[in-house]
Amino acid sequence: MWDIFYEQFVTKGGYKNVLLGLRNTLIIAIAGLAIGIIIGTLVAVLQVAGKRNIVAYVFSWVGTVYTSLFRGTPIIVQLLIFHYIIFASVEIDSLLEAVIVFGLNSGAYVSEIMRGGIMSVDIGQTEAGRTLGLSYATTMLKVVFPQAIKNVVPTLGNELIALTKDTSVASYVATMDLTNAFRLIASAKYEYIIPYLMLALFYLVIILIFTVLIRLVERRMRKSERR
Amino acid sequence: MKDVEKIVASTEGIPVDEEIVERRSRYDPVRPLDPEALIEVQDLTKQYGDLVVLDNISEVIRSGEKVAIIGPSGSGKSTFLRCLNVLEDPTSGNVFFEGNNLCNPHVDINVQRRRMGMVFQQFNLFNNMTVLKNITLAPVHIALHDLRREKMHNGWTKFCNLFRKKDKKQPLIPIQRDAKTIRADAAENAMRLLARIGLADKANVYPSTLSGGQRQRIAIVRALAMNPKVMLFDEPTSALDPEMVGEVLELIKELADEGMTMVIVTHEMGFAREVATRVFFMDGGKIREQGTPEQVFGAPQDDRLKEFLSKVL
Repeated sequence: MWDIFYEQFVTKGGYKNVLLGLRNTLIIAIAGLAIGIIIGTLVAVLQVAGKRNIVAYVFSWVGTVYTSLFRGTPIIVQLLIFHYIIFASVEIDSLLEAVIVFGLNSGAYVSEIMRGGIMSVDIGQTEAGRTLGLSYATTMLKVVFPQAIKNVVPTLGNELIALTKDTSVASYVATMDLTNAFRLIASAKYEYIIPYLMLALFYLVIILIFTVLIRLVERRMRKSERR
Repeated sequence: MKDVEKIVASTEGIPVDEEIVERRSRYDPVRPLDPEALIEVQDLTKQYGDLVVLDNISEVIRSGEKVAIIGPSGSGKSTFLRCLNVLEDPTSGNVFFEGNNLCNPHVDINVQRRRMGMVFQQFNLFNNMTVLKNITLAPVHIALHDLRREKMHNGWTKFCNLFRKKDKKQPLIPIQRDAKTIRADAAENAMRLLARIGLADKANVYPSTLSGGQRQRIAIVRALAMNPKVMLFDEPTSALDPEMVGEVLELIKELADEGMTMVIVTHEMGFAREVATRVFFMDGGKIREQGTPEQVFGAPQDDRLKEFLSKVL
């Protein structure tokens, strides 16, 4: 059992795929979350500001449609649609494609997380800012947002973890991710036990590392505020 | 439309020049403004659905006056105060501050609010900033914003001047302060204010480490840093421990003695009696009685006010 795995992993060069897969998985997860945070924050702000005037209302409606589309369909279906329909005629790196789809997907979730974060900041903070003569946008940017982010970090960490595990479906569109790399090793000799247990271990370790990092960030952000 | 009809109705019998009626908007004063008024409220009504919180209030607050608003819970005191700087949008009616209609969307409300300080029951200090930053945030931001605008204006004027004849060149706006001095001035002013309330040593701590009384005094100082013309206090001592009430009231009293115009919603009758020059008693969305503290507390006319005073005094 071990010698078959060793042969596939080392002699036949399986480790190259695994390293590439590890890199791609991390890129998809982190870049996806970064895109997701940008899109999600925008959508959340639009939704919070939605009642202010007609333009904001239209934008917030667009945001609602986007959120329900991307939360309402499975990520695999989204990958397939982007791969075979939207990007069908475009020469595009499958890694980039996965990053875009995962970014859009997580954006839908992050928008709700962010909205919750903004709502969780006491309305009095906004009122205090407005009575000092600051504009709505400035109050949001300087007062509400920093506090919202602080509230939202643990949930965003959760999103990062979920996203990392979801990347395992990126292989549907021929992206060389961690799952794909180990699947190749496993299916070469139909010897499944060690490769798949190793695969699980890889994900586990990645996520444990993420958990520690998120804790650190959280503690760092809370430092300014004794509670 | 409604207001136009009202105006037409009020001038019934007199031949009305159609054009003049048309030109009047909802935001024009219904009656001529009092020239001495700092804040003038005309026909202010606020409704939440069917619930009428403020019922057609008209009032004038002059410069230098200290108005205390008393009344039972749910009488619309706080809503009235919040309507004065349109934190709550009135359902109908207008609020004029120095002749500018705050309800008019064409009036830049942010510019007007700089001159109206407000202090909240729950302090509402910015939790993510140190005390010093809390105080300097607004002055610095607004000064920098103006500076940027002036610089852009000057840049544009310079560009246009290139194409103008020598005698037609437009003058530039003189810029006296750069960003650094703006920050330094604001910090210096903040430290002066903090020293005044004896909290200079707390400049670099976060609000969550302070006591209620300290927070409220800093909230007052934060409003003062904008050099307001009027201060609005929304039950400034209601969320404080009894021990802390004194220090906050003392600061407010000092301000009053310096001649600051203020409107105070309060449950501290003794304080209202001592500081106010005029007392409003509100109930059911109306100002039921008003007058000097001696009149209102000494010889109340209104039955509801008598009942209220007998319970609280």
